[in-house]
Amino acid sequence: MTQTEEATMAQTEEKVIPDFGDDTDRKLCIICSKGTLDMAYPGLVLANAALMEGIEVNMFFTFWGLDMLNKKTMAHLKATPVGNTAMHMPQALSPLPGMTAMATHMMKKEIDKLDFPPVDEFLQQIVDAGGHLWACKMSADMMDLEEDDMFEEVEDIIGATDFMNMSDGAQIIFI
Amino acid sequence: MSTQTIAGQEVDVNEEGFMTDPSQWNKEIAAQLAEQINLGALTDEHWKVIDFLRADFEEEGETATLRRVSKRSGVPTKDLYRLFPKKPAKKMAYCAGLPKPHGCI
Repeated sequence: MTQTEEATMAQTEEKVIPDFGDDTDRKLCIICSKGTLDMAYPGLVLANAALMEGIEVNMFFTFWGLDMLNKKTMAHLKATPVGNTAMHMPQALSPLPGMTAMATHMMKKEIDKLDFPPVDEFLQQIVDAGGHLWACKMSADMMDLEEDDMFEEVEDIIGATDFMNMSDGAQIIFI
Repeated sequence: MSTQTIAGQEVDVNEEGFMTDPSQWNKEIAAQLAEQINLGALTDEHWKVIDFLRADFEEEGETATLRRVSKRSGVPTKDLYRLFPKKPAKKMAYCAGLPKPHGCI
């Protein structure tokens, strides 16, 4: 082997190519159980981030989380300072008329500033990225909701046992 | 930081293999980077995304997030995942010779 050949080989061996983890079989299930604006976003952001990392994502919406899928409510989720000390206002003021509207307005503005989409658009982005949306049967029955009442991309209304099968081997996040 | 020879040109790369000097990038390099991560030959659709990333970086000084790419380049999210499978944001930045995007969307 000549010196040049050796040098070429050494260089080829050294070449660092990013590992994009194409063969990952990581699975993530996110349970969304809240219907407030501030609690809707963590699930959406995490689902989207996981998809961008090539992770399989199933989102299961239960109890108040169904408000995120309900066509009537999904665009009108609210953030409230009531009982939320993290909003750092005197708790006695928080139930006053207009406070929830104000907190919601402010949060929506901040979300928009960060270029995060509104809930419906975010869900669409997650579906376009290959994520799956499922509604909880018991909650849907309780709230008298059918598939037609929900965001079109919801794949099905399923029971908790179906969810157990689906989440086999997955990491689960409950929000 | 080290250097690599890509498409016959010496370029600076970081420890992951991402280029660190966008000015060293050219289309031949992009083609080889794509090949290296198994994207195969770049199509016009790929180039539309890569050209957008380059132009946007020039203006903004940072790599566009996936959402920004889909909103501004006119290439829908679905297609971005088809063109740059699994990790679209990172793969397209890699081919464009730009740093990984920092935004989490």
